[in-house]
Amino acid sequence: MDFTFSSEQTQLADALGRYLTQEYDFESRKKAIASTGGFSPAAYAQLAELGVTALPMPEDADGFGGNASDLVLVMQELGKHIVVEPVISTLIAAEFIKRSTLPSRIETLKGVALGATRMACAFGESQSRYELADVLTCARQKGSGYVISGKKPVALHAGQADLLVVSARLSGQQRDQDGIGLFVVPANARGVHLRDYRTIDNLRAADVTLTDVEVEAGALILASAWPLIDAVTDYGVTLLCAEAVGAMDKLLALTVEYTKTRKQFGQPIAKFQALQHRMVEMFMHVEQARSMAYLAAVKVDSSDVAERRRAVSAAKVRIGQAAKYVGQEAIQLHGGMGVTNEMPAAHYFKRLTMFEITLGDIDHHLERFIACPQTEAARVPLRQAA
Amino acid sequence: MDLSYSDADNAFRREVSEWLAANLPSDLQHKVLNHLRLNKEEYVRWHKILAAKGWVAPGWPEEWGGTGWNATQRHIFEEECARAGTPMIMAFGVAMVAPVIMKFATEEQKRYYLPRIYDCTDWWCQGYSEPGSGSDLASLKTRAERDGDYYVVNGQKTWTTLAQHADMMFCLVRTEQSERKQEGISFLLIEMNSPGIEVRPIYMLDEDHEVNEVFLDNVRVPVSNRVGEENKGWTYAKYLLGHERTGIAAVGRSKRELAFLKRLANGQNKGGRPLTEDPLFAAKIANLEIELMALEMTVLRVVSAEGAKKGPGPEASLLKIKGTQIQQMLTELMVEAIGPLAMPFERDFLEGKSDDVLDAESAPLASYYFNFRKTSIYGGSNEIQRNIISQMILGL
Repeated sequence: MDFTFSSEQTQLADALGRYLTQEYDFESRKKAIASTGGFSPAAYAQLAELGVTALPMPEDADGFGGNASDLVLVMQELGKHIVVEPVISTLIAAEFIKRSTLPSRIETLKGVALGATRMACAFGESQSRYELADVLTCARQKGSGYVISGKKPVALHAGQADLLVVSARLSGQQRDQDGIGLFVVPANARGVHLRDYRTIDNLRAADVTLTDVEVEAGALILASAWPLIDAVTDYGVTLLCAEAVGAMDKLLALTVEYTKTRKQFGQPIAKFQALQHRMVEMFMHVEQARSMAYLAAVKVDSSDVAERRRAVSAAKVRIGQAAKYVGQEAIQLHGGMGVTNEMPAAHYFKRLTMFEITLGDIDHHLERFIACPQTEAARVPLRQAA
Repeated sequence: MDLSYSDADNAFRREVSEWLAANLPSDLQHKVLNHLRLNKEEYVRWHKILAAKGWVAPGWPEEWGGTGWNATQRHIFEEECARAGTPMIMAFGVAMVAPVIMKFATEEQKRYYLPRIYDCTDWWCQGYSEPGSGSDLASLKTRAERDGDYYVVNGQKTWTTLAQHADMMFCLVRTEQSERKQEGISFLLIEMNSPGIEVRPIYMLDEDHEVNEVFLDNVRVPVSNRVGEENKGWTYAKYLLGHERTGIAAVGRSKRELAFLKRLANGQNKGGRPLTEDPLFAAKIANLEIELMALEMTVLRVVSAEGAKKGPGPEASLLKIKGTQIQQMLTELMVEAIGPLAMPFERDFLEGKSDDVLDAESAPLASYYFNFRKTSIYGGSNEIQRNIISQMILGL
């Protein structure tokens, strides 16, 4: 058993941390958010240059073949600096391509690794909440290709993507897990309309409307795609969890620092036990969250689907709880300053709040966890190889 | 990052579990798994079985009987013991006073006491808390005055766990009045049959006689029973409190109790369905289970860092707080699961004197719940643990 990270893993994270500390300060981030595109293409290029987008790509696509465990520290760094560039959205969408047999696979992933191609997923629908198998968007066969129609609101970073991964029903009823097709659709394809906007935590999202969008046969990633959607969503949750831990680390540090500086009644407010114990609660939440982020990162690659779902949902529940607690307490401990938009703390709070409702909230994952009881085979914990 | 156990670890786990299956007496196992009360003979019997095997003090140096296991192996051993349902090895001798003796006592003291601790010749109790000194332990008032080769000890200790069984007490006494309350404390080893010692029971919420008041009235203790230097006892006391603390989370036992809770709830009905299918109750169990999964990982992170010679630091306080919160929530949900069946108080049944109960599985659970309220108070209350994290980790 070893909970340390390899030197490659720490080196990349350190380099990323150095870059973000030096170049991605709060003011530059603000400028990127206020710019026309809502993010900094230069920063994205720099992140790609550092290897962030290449890390999980396969070696034959100029990547480093990394898995979720390799990404933990990188995601934590992105979280520490609440990076708004569409890295995670791209990595999640690219994961579908990575696990596909599309002829365009290598070419697409090379573009992602280089930082030239950005991607996003468009899965959720107005009625679906967090049930990604609830799909009304439909795909009809036409000639050798398909015609896709439907609406996909609040698709994260869809407006910044070159390629969209879209779920559309090929057959079956609205909530059937069978019959969901997964397509890769160029964002500029005819019939794709994007209403792009800023999210409250300063990322970007778009309401995607697909009106008779014609795609070729080669756009179909998989016809019976539910198991893939489920697996890659778990991968995405795992990345988000690691990102959230990074954001909480920083937010706790900011709060500790603030209470040491802020004086009332003639002393730093950090001296008040009522406040100290609340920060200790925050600390305990962060450590429990970190443990779950590690567990998810190892288990997300498990070939045992129930084991994977169980660990990832447990992580999302626990880290979601931590994110709420740490976020809310940080604001309270910052006092009046905490509820201004000027303080970095406010921005971490907003990001952590949105994290909790991304790819399934606490209740959604609690239900999913309950549906995956521990098997007798998994009696001995963490038995299986990482 | 590699969360897998090696083949050697797995083989070790099999060895431990097979040995436990063959050597844990079924009457003891039955009592532990069913939340019944153990008597002195039963604790001692298990201690001696483990001692004979050479496994009673894994953390000790090998020259004194330690096993030489690494941190992972010790974790596996604790986990397998918890799974099997072994009685606890009382911490006061093996885990608390022994490390102090090894570190600070004379050769002669080591040679005398350590083997007796190892094989449970002596049952030890802890003379730390006093009526006026709980969390503020250093304010203790029990005093020891020098009279030739003896100290004459006067004062009162309290919350002394199982002192009624004890042959020896390690005791903090004030040998000098100093400016700083941490100074002037000495660490004495006192024979419990000494004239002037009186042990009075304190009955806890569950009416169990688990703790005591210990009165010391002109008790004569040989100076040779002092460990280390006079007036330096606080250093030793702190060393003791900081020792062997990764086991404090009791993750293994909590995993066993979680399995018990699920079985228990599955046997209870709500609206004609097993209680485990009630979404409200299922959510409570699930939240608890997830917290326990997280704590297990946190413990393993600490154990792993310990293996890498970084040593367990103030994060042990986190393990204590989370571990006891989980233990308490488990017992709370057990009571909630059985509902009105928690009401009958079957003391004779708990002590093995009667079999006449409505439901043997349920009968001990309310007592068990009340008993576990102590865990967030003893061993440095959870508020003291928060102070430690606040100062040592957050630097507040």
